[in-house]
Amino acid sequence: MGNAAIELIGIDKSFGSGHANRNISLKIPAGTIHGIIGENGAGKSTLMSILYGFYQADRGRVCVRGEKAKIETPSDAIALGIGMVHQHFMLVHNFTVLENIILGVEGHSLLGSSISKARSELQRLERDYGLEVDPDAVVEDLPVGLQQRVEILKALYRGAEILILDEPTGVLTPAEADHLFRILRQLKEEGKTIVLITHKLREIMAVTDNVSVMRQGALVATLKTGETTVEELAELMVGRRVLLRVEKGPSAPGEVLLSVTNLSVKDSRGVTMVDDISFDLRAGEIVGIAGVAGNGQSELLETITGIRKAVSGTVTLDGRPIDLTGAADPSELRARGLAHVPEDRHHMGLVLPFDESENSILGYHRQPKYAKGLFLDMDAIRDDAVEKIGKYDIRPPDPRLRTANFSGGNQQKIVLAREMEQDPKVLIVGQPTRGVDVGAIEFIHKRLIEMRDRGKAVLLVSVELDEIRSLSDRILVMCGGRIVGERDATATEGELGLLMAGVDEKEAAE
Amino acid sequence: MDFFSTLVFLLDSTIRVSVPLLLAALAGLYSERSGVFDIGLEGKMLGGAFAAGAAAAVTGSPWIGLSAAVAIAVFLSLVHGFASITHRGNQIVSGVAINFIAAGSTIILGQAWFSQGGRTPLLGGDARFGAIQLPFAGSLSDVPIIGELYSDLLSGHSLIVYIAFLLVPFTWWVLFRTRFGLRLRAVGENPAAVDTAGISVAWLRYRALICTGILTGLAGTYLALSQNAGFVKDMTAGRGYIALAALIFAKWRPVPVMFACLLFGFLDAFAIRIQGTALPLLGQLPVQFMQALPYILTVILLAGFIGRAEPPRAGGIPYVKER
Repeated sequence: MGNAAIELIGIDKSFGSGHANRNISLKIPAGTIHGIIGENGAGKSTLMSILYGFYQADRGRVCVRGEKAKIETPSDAIALGIGMVHQHFMLVHNFTVLENIILGVEGHSLLGSSISKARSELQRLERDYGLEVDPDAVVEDLPVGLQQRVEILKALYRGAEILILDEPTGVLTPAEADHLFRILRQLKEEGKTIVLITHKLREIMAVTDNVSVMRQGALVATLKTGETTVEELAELMVGRRVLLRVEKGPSAPGEVLLSVTNLSVKDSRGVTMVDDISFDLRAGEIVGIAGVAGNGQSELLETITGIRKAVSGTVTLDGRPIDLTGAADPSELRARGLAHVPEDRHHMGLVLPFDESENSILGYHRQPKYAKGLFLDMDAIRDDAVEKIGKYDIRPPDPRLRTANFSGGNQQKIVLAREMEQDPKVLIVGQPTRGVDVGAIEFIHKRLIEMRDRGKAVLLVSVELDEIRSLSDRILVMCGGRIVGERDATATEGELGLLMAGVDEKEAAE
Repeated sequence: MDFFSTLVFLLDSTIRVSVPLLLAALAGLYSERSGVFDIGLEGKMLGGAFAAGAAAAVTGSPWIGLSAAVAIAVFLSLVHGFASITHRGNQIVSGVAINFIAAGSTIILGQAWFSQGGRTPLLGGDARFGAIQLPFAGSLSDVPIIGELYSDLLSGHSLIVYIAFLLVPFTWWVLFRTRFGLRLRAVGENPAAVDTAGISVAWLRYRALICTGILTGLAGTYLALSQNAGFVKDMTAGRGYIALAALIFAKWRPVPVMFACLLFGFLDAFAIRIQGTALPLLGQLPVQFMQALPYILTVILLAGFIGRAEPPRAGGIPYVKER
């Protein structure tokens, strides 16, 4: 280990009554990739925001390269060679790459000369680090992977020697994430120090040298990545043993509950997103749909649940067809036993400014048990919510709290509780654990298995291959809108990965 | 009077009518590009016009009138900033409040100070910004067409008219060629990006509002000391709102703002010109229809012809540091 690039000593920070960072001391050696892992709300981002001058610590001090540093604003941090790539990109959408990069470090009150200087400097950086981006492209036209590259270039342009990345892979596809890790390794070779904040264990194992684990605002351990395991880290993060792979018995498939026949769907641009898909979903089984995001899974989900219009084909629920003209009544589908946990809980699953109790009946609010004459029976609704909160361990256990104030994992539990507690025959689940903590993932997985064991049919769409493999009884792989293969739960990751890319080994062998 | 002279006459009054719109719209451009919506252009203009009229009436100097107008308008702009930037209040409410304060206080103060029913005393020529004759305007006026255009259309306006039109390229230059302009545009789209780049969001927005104040002060001065000879109550007559329409119409870009203001000014001048005259085929149009035309045009063009006018993305939203 070389010298410490950053040393944090006794950092403490509270927001109102919330204690975000408790007496944190941490040394980050220069020229390493240091991971900081913890569940959502563990205080990782707060700690890094203090380092970047976005917040002031209540107590404690920061040393940069062995010297005590006073970081009161982001410009202080920038001057000390600290750069940050934020989780939500700090880019101006209608500016060019070049304009975004010089913002704040224009160098002169007129842009003319500084822009050409910046252009050549940027080209040098792009060459040195293999980070090619067109300097004149408008940021909003770039894919997210490239936008992130602009953020990295922005930090390097400001002379960053220490680069903090906050949940950098949340918006990336697996391939883009791999590319990012290659870039990070290269930056390390160049002598930069990298701090990677994440809640994904795999990323920590893949790219870091050392890892610090945070839990409830405290730093619980700092370990060498090579000397630890995913299981150990997960246990440290959650504070108890976590089952990363759910245990489940063999399935006992019964009658067909959902049947999709020759279904085709086009998107608003007229591009075929679902192409002639047929499959059956039986009682007592979980069918997983794997695939790289954007290969028609979302459209398939939305069509089955009656949200999106189909071009051709039929879907039958328990023997009776579902209206695929886009005019399906969602409450009728619910009454027929179809529950839907949408892929994007913020967009479709919840009304964030509503109370927890209101969200926990949304869509089922017309049921007589929640009504008192023409009005809602608020007492009944709240009692109902309290029951679900207990059963699904939703925290904080407050049915009057605004849904926006719950963490991602607890928001997801609110949606799951609402849909599962209606005791549907068929449960359609999209990305059940996206942005959800390890502890909550385990819980959600157990519930899904429970549903199956009670004889329900579960259709699971996820981009997380691990999740598909550990939960599904049968796996369908989608690529380019078609089902390119069906495997059972014993399929290897490599085999599925190839299928997701559109390569069928079995066919190739024949 | 032949057709050409009529046209020159019409364009000449178009310029005169457009100037307060143009100044107000450019004023709004600075503020709205920085992410602060400003429905209080009207009030600031009115306050400026009153200050100009009152100060010029007391001192006899148009320059002191101009200074007073700018001071008052900047002050009102800072009030807007204090409410909506520092205290993160609702920008529409704050803007409307400024309009009400200006409309009421100008009449009360005018009556208290000058006892002429809320107006300021009629100003003599020395206390106003009079017409400037460009060089050779007199000798060229006999040259057909070009001479007429030069001496009747380009020459003979007050100083503020020339300033207003020079402010169009100047604003473009500030916005797209200076550091201040780059940051101004950035803070209106994504203030968090500006904040993390180590620039103060509040100070940047305050500076934008000061620009807005100066320009609305200039617009008020033009109304009181150039177009008229003193302040008359409610003399802005909704120009602040038409300026906002022009700003939207021009999608917050300086050069299109000028053309939008000239178009609205032209419709206004045309309406005055054809008052009481019967048009071929159409007959005599009601004056109200002509007065409504700029608004109707804005709605129609925005709805279908020029595409969506997308305001600066952070417009109207007070900036709060996120956790």
